[in-house]
Amino acid sequence: MSKVIRIANGQGFWGDSIDAPVNLIKDGPIDYLTLDYLAEVTLSIMQRQKLKRPDAGYARDFVDLIDRVLPDLVSKDIKVISNAGGVNPEACRDALLEVAKAKGIDIKIGIIIGDNIYDKLNNFTTNGVDFKNLETGEDFNLVKDEVYSANVYIDSFCIARALDEGAQIVLAGRVSDPGLALGPAIHEFGWKSDQIDLIAAGTLAGHITECGAQCTGGNYSRWSEIEDLANIGYPIIEMHENGEFVITKHDGTGGLVNRQTVSEQILYEMGDPSYYISPDVCVDFTSLDLEELGNNRVKISNVKGLEATPTYKVSISYFAGYKASGQLTISGPDALKKAELVAELIWKRLENAGCIYEDKSTEFLGISSCHGDINKIPEQVNEVVLRLGVKDSDKNKVNRFGKEIAPVITNGPPGVTGFAGGRPKAQEIVAYWPTLIPKHFITTDVDVN
Amino acid sequence: MKIKLQKIAHARSGDKGPNSNVGLIFRHPEIYNWAQKNITNSIVKNHFGSIVKGEIKRYEMDNLWALNFILGDSLGGGGSESLINDAQGKTHGQALLLLEIDLPEHLHEFIDA
Repeated sequence: MSKVIRIANGQGFWGDSIDAPVNLIKDGPIDYLTLDYLAEVTLSIMQRQKLKRPDAGYARDFVDLIDRVLPDLVSKDIKVISNAGGVNPEACRDALLEVAKAKGIDIKIGIIIGDNIYDKLNNFTTNGVDFKNLETGEDFNLVKDEVYSANVYIDSFCIARALDEGAQIVLAGRVSDPGLALGPAIHEFGWKSDQIDLIAAGTLAGHITECGAQCTGGNYSRWSEIEDLANIGYPIIEMHENGEFVITKHDGTGGLVNRQTVSEQILYEMGDPSYYISPDVCVDFTSLDLEELGNNRVKISNVKGLEATPTYKVSISYFAGYKASGQLTISGPDALKKAELVAELIWKRLENAGCIYEDKSTEFLGISSCHGDINKIPEQVNEVVLRLGVKDSDKNKVNRFGKEIAPVITNGPPGVTGFAGGRPKAQEIVAYWPTLIPKHFITTDVDVN
Repeated sequence: MKIKLQKIAHARSGDKGPNSNVGLIFRHPEIYNWAQKNITNSIVKNHFGSIVKGEIKRYEMDNLWALNFILGDSLGGGGSESLINDAQGKTHGQALLLLEIDLPEHLHEFIDA
């Protein structure tokens, strides 16, 4: 039988289950553990942490996790691939080495450098990169002076290189999410960048597992058919050298892997399914064959790829003003009518105080906040949560809004409650500016201690 | 017979910048073939009403018996800039499953109990 490698994903985003990766190590065999900590705006938070403290700017949760599992990783020879390095993989490695030293364990950690282009933006614009907004076509000069962070989704071959050099933990910043799973497959099987269908298969496998339990029964349309959601198993890819793979989970865990749980996740955050762009390849998701093998196993084969684009995607975040939101619960007879009145009163009082906002929102949770008027609104509801929000470049005006929520409990209609947690305060809006850069501008490097 | 899509389909949604996408997956190829012709952009646009302020785009995936809808300008701006409760369109899949359709009789055997 040909070689099979087992690549698990124990973290779909920063804030996902802290026990899932521990259980993946404990509950059965795996060769690789991937952990995704970065969402689009996570890097901006890290960049600002680093500006305040040069040894910050990475996912501290990851260090805590390694502290819990390091002896098992070593004894079972499980390799870990993560983007937890954020904007400071060097400092993250230092913290990990300290954890290892305290346990008397010697460990090789590879870091990947080159995705963070925050300090080089001016250099690139001088050399003709326009960084125009990929979605809207807007000019980069609009936000240039407000940029918080800028990171390139770099290719997955650098992950494979770090593994080639013997790293047990590979720490990246902004690599592509599917790349965390593709990297080990490139390393194990020696796939080359021009073996497009194989690179496409590895990318698809990573796409399916990148959101953790969303392919093993989480967020599933037929949720009532899922057994033991409390102990849901996180996903495992069994990858073969020819690019065929099986999606599964450990025996004895909760959840479900079948044609539908996997198909739902294939469609997640999907644009044109015939042209899914990654730094390594473009994947044609309409090409694959999906076969249900039973016993929580789904086989995927015949994945087709197209040549990668000449550009890398860049994720830039920038300051875009302030926002705040607050809520109240309104109950009793005519709850919805009273909620409408409460909203009217608050907006009127803010207007009287001279506060007109660039944007505001009024929503009735329990009635229409998610689905508008798709469902008929019932005659009588027991209670409604009123949720109000404002956005403005003037921080004081946004904070003024926060002071106008509580008074209505005593000077509005009856049956109003649920004002917990104090006055809502202005929060900075960190907006996302997707753009591109020609690949030849970017150099990546790998450093294994 | 009028039924809701939830009786014949699965759905999952998420954000793509200021837009959301809904993957609509059918459990049987016969129903998918019918849906290709009948779950049109204008029906979806009409169903979502004021939630979708932009255009609808639709892609077909014969291999998964699935349609992928892009709901233009449906999140009140991009993820972090939006003020609305469901700023990432996480619930738009469930919303589409509420769509009432008229399924021809020869396909009734594929309706799930």
